[in-house]
Amino acid sequence: MPLKLTLPHRHYRRRRSFRPKKSQNNVNHVMASEEEKKAVFDTESAKEVVKELRASFAAGKTKSYEWRSTQLNAMLKMMEENEPQIVAALRDDLSKPELESSIYEVAMVKSSCRVALKKLKHWIMPEKAKTSLITFPSSAEIVSEPLGVVLVISAWNYPFLLSLDPVIGAIAAGNAVVLKPSEIAPATSSLLARLAADYLDRSCIKVVEGAVPETSALLEQKWDKILYTGNGRIARIVMAAAAKHLTPVVLELGGKCPVIVDSDINLQVATRRIIAGKWGCNNGQACISPDYIITTKSCAQTLVDSFKCELERFYGKNPFESKDLSRIVNFNHFARLSKLLDEDKVSSKIIHGGERDEENLRIAPTILLDVPQDSLIMTEEIFGPLLPIILVDKVEDSFDVINSSGTKPLAAYLFTNNKKLKEKFVATVSAGGLVVNDTTVHLAEHTLPFGGVGDSGMGAYHGKFSFDTFSHKKAVLYRGFACDAFVRYPPYSRGKLRLLEALFNGSFFGIIRALLGWFKS
Amino acid sequence: MGIEVEKKAGFDTESAKEVVKELRASFVAGKTKTYEWRRTQLTAMLKMMDENEPQIVAALTDDLSKPELESSIYEIAMLKNSCKLALKEMKHWMMPEKAKTSLTTFPSSAEIVSDPLGVVLIISAWNYPFLLSLDPVVGAIAAGNAIVLKPSEISPATASLLAKLVKKYLDCSCIKVVEGSVPETTALLEQKWDKIMYTGNGRIARIVMAAAAKHLTPVVLELGGKSPVIVDSGIDLQVATRRIIAGKWGCNNGQACISPDYIITTKDYALELVDSFKCELERFYGKNPLESKDLSRIVNSNHFARLLKLLDEDKVSSKIVYGGERDETNLKIAPTILLDVPQDSLIMNEEIFGPLLPIITIDKVEDSFDLINYSGAKPLAAYLFTNNKKLKEKFVEKVSAGGLVVNDTTVHLAEPTLPFGGVGDSGMGAYHGKFSFDTFSHKKAVLYRSFAGDAAVRYPPYTAGKLRLMRALLGGSIMGIIRALLGWSKP
Repeated sequence: MPLKLTLPHRHYRRRRSFRPKKSQNNVNHVMASEEEKKAVFDTESAKEVVKELRASFAAGKTKSYEWRSTQLNAMLKMMEENEPQIVAALRDDLSKPELESSIYEVAMVKSSCRVALKKLKHWIMPEKAKTSLITFPSSAEIVSEPLGVVLVISAWNYPFLLSLDPVIGAIAAGNAVVLKPSEIAPATSSLLARLAADYLDRSCIKVVEGAVPETSALLEQKWDKILYTGNGRIARIVMAAAAKHLTPVVLELGGKCPVIVDSDINLQVATRRIIAGKWGCNNGQACISPDYIITTKSCAQTLVDSFKCELERFYGKNPFESKDLSRIVNFNHFARLSKLLDEDKVSSKIIHGGERDEENLRIAPTILLDVPQDSLIMTEEIFGPLLPIILVDKVEDSFDVINSSGTKPLAAYLFTNNKKLKEKFVATVSAGGLVVNDTTVHLAEHTLPFGGVGDSGMGAYHGKFSFDTFSHKKAVLYRGFACDAFVRYPPYSRGKLRLLEALFNGSFFGIIRALLGWFKS
Repeated sequence: MGIEVEKKAGFDTESAKEVVKELRASFVAGKTKTYEWRRTQLTAMLKMMDENEPQIVAALTDDLSKPELESSIYEIAMLKNSCKLALKEMKHWMMPEKAKTSLTTFPSSAEIVSDPLGVVLIISAWNYPFLLSLDPVVGAIAAGNAIVLKPSEISPATASLLAKLVKKYLDCSCIKVVEGSVPETTALLEQKWDKIMYTGNGRIARIVMAAAAKHLTPVVLELGGKSPVIVDSGIDLQVATRRIIAGKWGCNNGQACISPDYIITTKDYALELVDSFKCELERFYGKNPLESKDLSRIVNSNHFARLLKLLDEDKVSSKIVYGGERDETNLKIAPTILLDVPQDSLIMNEEIFGPLLPIITIDKVEDSFDLINYSGAKPLAAYLFTNNKKLKEKFVEKVSAGGLVVNDTTVHLAEPTLPFGGVGDSGMGAYHGKFSFDTFSHKKAVLYRSFAGDAAVRYPPYTAGKLRLMRALLGGSIMGIIRALLGWSKP
């Protein structure tokens, strides 16, 4: 029975169309993908895709180091030769500023590729494992095996990065991959389909475009792993579908990422870093964007003033004219954000911004002060350019505010110079990741696992964690035929039991005692 | 008495809610987080085993007629080792792991902190009811969680004993045992857990994962499969045979997730192998194995009937070359070997989980890899007996299973440095040793920065110069940064 994913209808009405640029070399591929789009991608199609990829995988195509490094190099080349097109597609889909596209999407993917290329040989090597007296003599290792055929379902807000970053991990680990980019970012989706067909090995890496029906068809198949980036509602559907086939999943979700702002800090730097993480990250439409601020009643005014000052410095007096802010992705989300702002008990709390331009899908950077805890804006993930500030008496009270929500966010931030507060923060706040004195930058460190906990997700990736998440860690134990421990074998006796116990205890004296007891009896 | 009352009153959704509520309160109060609490619980568990070994052995005898040696070693001694290792290494495991940071966030420092997940559910199995209940609990405690353990009702004596001992020795405000079967398990699965670990079969695993999906609860599923044994020629046949017997009939009479399920060997070698089995089986279990005290019984009449169905299938019953005797009253089936059963027989399509060992023959030993992969389902373990180095390499390269052993069976379970878990149909996730600690932890990334060295290039208004510098910064090369600063890199 096909799964039902439902999205509100309105989003389709306002969907912007994208016509791919036809270049001489790529006409056939472009036509092929237009044809594919026109033909329906149903369960049968999904089955065929998986069947083809499974055959490629079984034939060993994706397992060699050469194949993996060729694909990763091709991906680098793809970005070098198409950066303007990628930036253009992101502009089309999100009005994303060029700097954000170049750095937070393209450069990040390049960096991911380079790390994988540099470390791949080392990651692929089996890891030696110590063995104990129990299996002596023996040797052991943990071998990283590709899982097989994996599905990567991407999101719309960083449609390039969140599509290819997981694919890099899947390739590095030696898997065949289907990428399903988000239909809410259609220009990037089409471009990805075209570029993947042009640059990567089509018999092992495929892009399937589409919306709910296509995703449902894919989810009915048996995958060896599914990595989904998006929201909790769809994540539950993905995991339920995965359960039918016992497919392991990585779910990269979101949540309300709080920022605690203490006193006695460099307020200008703190404010700038919060702005960079909020409005500087796709205009707040990022899973690790600061969602709301908690600060003390005594600090609130200076904080607000600092925001007003820096926001004007960054975006000018009329932020609608700034080229440095993404728009709201579509009318659906615009309406959603307006609803958060227009709630009675909330609209009066706006102290900066609040202006909107429905035609151009723009909402100005907006700050609200002291919204009620039970308002919509404080119970849903905002994912937009609205920043509520909650006030507490003592900064330590902020931990209770965060934990009382009951859900663990993807990230949490603290600005302070107080060492004890930092320690309490790390000890008390559970989130995917934490940053002290900045926002969002932990995403760029490939030595840190990037993933959620509780409602913000399960599993992690980036750097070696990507390789690991798309691998099966297979334990291998080697023994010889020498030194066969006869104590294992029936008929069981008291003496054998004692000797085995001593062996399991790992103590030489115990073994000697047991042996003596054995010889005595 | 408290426990008896719980059993009689229905353990329904309300009860399950109450239990989770209580454990969550304990967790939030920080009870389980301290090193002292974790150490106290693990030490208490060791004491529990030291003071109750005869009772544990008696319960296992009751539930499975498990031989004392198997109970003492493969259940109790294994668990004691698990506890001791956790006690020894826990301080080290709990320490945050430093992580290098790059030029992109310079100056900064970072670490990965292991946080307890919260309140976890462990659903155990009936075949190693003591080990498979408490071994995961050891990991959950070491990682600082509150726990509900749901032992299998198919081994009721051990379930009751666990409930009694846990209540007596461990901290009941943080660790609870809930007994029962389908209704109780269903009630538990409706709750929101921070992790669920399930050991058992694929059918129930799907139900567990579907229930977990509703709450976005991560799961570890320790399942099974048909663990094959490839037997090459040119080996020490006696040792190989003994080790296969020890892994099969010596492990709860074949009722173990990593027991050798079936053998693949060459047509040329088959008869020699069969003769070796006959010889060693008699040496181990005597002429009348139904009377041997060193074999577990079949756990219950359900499984007894299931195994008979495998044996009695027309195209299979004629392939018995050894054993086949049964004693329904005492739920015993003699060690049975079958030669050359058809690939489409039931016995070759279901996990056997009993004392029946089919031998499949092929022309060349290398053909065995295709045979194993042909089934499409990846087993929990696979074994190879050979002295041929190239064959070992090919085995490790081609056979996908939870774990592999060359020249032995099942013993990899005893090495805590090896992750124990399945892949594909045999499961997801792993535990044992530090892997247990990790599986019940959230690895929280923490990045520390200061206010110094603020990179103005991040901030709007964006310019081509800032773009150049940012690109260089992310590129990580000092030369690149200098070039960008001097305006020499491309826009």
